Amino acid sequence: MLKKLLPHPHLTLLLTVVWLLLANAYTLNSLVFGLLMGLLIPWITAPYWPERPRIRNFPMIVEYALIVLWDILKSNITVARIVLFVPNDKLEPAWVTVPLDLHEPEAITVLAGTITMTPGTLTAELAADGHSLLVHCLHAPDPDGVRDEIKERYERRLKEIFE
Amino acid sequence: MELFWEIVIAALLVIGGFFGLVGSFGLVKLPDPMTRLHAPTKAATLGVGAVLIGSMVYFAAFKGNLSLHELMITLFLFLTAPITAHFIAKANILRDWRADRLPPPEGAGDWAIYTPAADTSALELLEVEEADKEAAREAAQAAARVAAEEGGSEADRS
Repeated sequence: MLKKLLPHPHLTLLLTVVWLLLANAYTLNSLVFGLLMGLLIPWITAPYWPERPRIRNFPMIVEYALIVLWDILKSNITVARIVLFVPNDKLEPAWVTVPLDLHEPEAITVLAGTITMTPGTLTAELAADGHSLLVHCLHAPDPDGVRDEIKERYERRLKEIFE
Repeated sequence: MELFWEIVIAALLVIGGFFGLVGSFGLVKLPDPMTRLHAPTKAATLGVGAVLIGSMVYFAAFKGNLSLHELMITLFLFLTAPITAHFIAKANILRDWRADRLPPPEGAGDWAIYTPAADTSALELLEVEEADKEAAREAAQAAARVAAEEGGSEADRS
């Protein structure tokens, strides 16, 4: 019963907070309206998102977010250096297949997004069976190293968060 | 103190402008569509990010109110940038790359883009609809049968 009314409690909380931040007014009015949105939107979209992802390790989320933010910062500087100082004929773009140990669709989505936001890599495609990602590297003299870093740095932590 | 914050904000704006410029320059300079995708998705994130942090610092230091709108913009940017990049990459693979020039995925299957039936969600919905109709038909038949039997037994009694 509660599951039917509140299919995604985390989404409800997130939507309420986002509404409060968007309204930029921390009054009872916006809180009530935010809660209303937070209850209605998950309820309406529940048929498209039937499974409720289970988050097992909350402190890990903070660690993951900090690591990703730091990597985004590095990523920007790396890509800027490549754009400005590496001539096109020295560039070694490469495709890398990353086999996935993750099975939750939400976890795979987060991993794909993270890969796109971090140094010189970009998620291009998912295998039809959902067990590998196709990643494009801007400048990768060592494609296997890229794959191992993705698995070790991000996938291991996501596995701890979601599975 | 005011001067200090002004310098911080100015530095952030310059950093933001610089990375925005590098991102746009990358679009022109890099050799093919797949590599071009890298420049704007990344350089632009820090470019916009630095401008947003500058804006937050400005409102906190000079207007005295904490503005959190910028965090929202950052959040939406981080949500949308990978999705846009993914779709452009998919379109590009479909146009310019053959399956034999890409590394194969692990296991027996192929990449989703070369597997036309990979998206079965629409088919599943159709199946569910069919099953619902079937169930409704059966329920109607069963009800009709029960009604007919009851009618029959009443007719027997009279």
